[in-house]
Amino acid sequence: MCVTCGCGRPDGPAHHHPHGPLTETITLEQRILAKNDHLAGHNRAWLAERRITALNLMSSPGSGKTTLLERTLRHFRGRRPVAVVEGDQETTLDADRIRRTGSPVIQVNTGAGCHLDAGMLHDALSTLDPPAGAVLFVENVGNLVCPAMFDLGEAAKVVIISVTEGTDKPLKYPHMFAAADLVLINKIDLLPYVDFDTDRCAEYARAVNPTVRTLPVSATGGAGMDGWYDWIAPA
Amino acid sequence: MHEFAITQSVVDAACERAAGRRVRSVRVRVGALTAVVPEAMRFCFDLVSEGTSLEGARLDIDQRPGIGLCRTCGRTVSLDDHVLLCHCGSADLAVVSGRELEIVSMEVG
Repeated sequence: MCVTCGCGRPDGPAHHHPHGPLTETITLEQRILAKNDHLAGHNRAWLAERRITALNLMSSPGSGKTTLLERTLRHFRGRRPVAVVEGDQETTLDADRIRRTGSPVIQVNTGAGCHLDAGMLHDALSTLDPPAGAVLFVENVGNLVCPAMFDLGEAAKVVIISVTEGTDKPLKYPHMFAAADLVLINKIDLLPYVDFDTDRCAEYARAVNPTVRTLPVSATGGAGMDGWYDWIAPA
Repeated sequence: MHEFAITQSVVDAACERAAGRRVRSVRVRVGALTAVVPEAMRFCFDLVSEGTSLEGARLDIDQRPGIGLCRTCGRTVSLDDHVLLCHCGSADLAVVSGRELEIVSMEVG
């Protein structure tokens, strides 16, 4: 058998192989998320043209993102235009809550998807059309793993952890905390009732992200929220 | 399961480039410090490639180790996780390997 192509002809002097070279190798050398990152770049430019500050809010389910947003939106009413993109797998429940604050909002349902991507934000922006100069809050799908990988074109990533979740969460989910520009430690009004060490949690966050800032807040009681508002829009 | 979306991106990029030709194999480079689990990627690959020109193709994964370069003492440090810390005590490290997430090449024909 021919050892070159296994075509069944006796081995020996070269013979013609009508099937030619079997395969061709094509070099790609490109980032896997190139398409997402390209779209994120578009979003970033679109937002910059309109002087819109987009914040990507990420956390596990139940950390109090929507409650934090409700209070934040009420604070900015009359001070600065705001708009919200709500990401959830299903339902418009969160968008309904945000709408009751009087803020423009659009719900993105990812279905089986566990995170928002730049294409979803692009579509949401063209429908929502936030006003120039606005702060745009993007509430990502509740998940401490997947959303960390997808650039949306935001100005900053804000990770929210609540004191009911466990002090060591930054070490358990290092990718998310490594990607954060700001970590909000929420529900500090519950500190007397839970075993949570705020300082140690902040230390763990800095272990995976040495320059990250942490702010303890209570979205229901209001404690620490001024620091968050100042971070969003310095006086 | 972000590996699903990641793998979908690999299949989309390869299909686009293959322009209808049959793809035999795809090679990707995945760093140890990315949140991508190679086994999960393989699992997704068969699902995502079904019905495309990559159906039945082989997925080759080059795994890259996490390596940091200490900006304080100049030593090269092996990194197992996101806690960037040199033996000298410095946390000022540049990651030189481990964050790759790339499509290297593919075989068509």
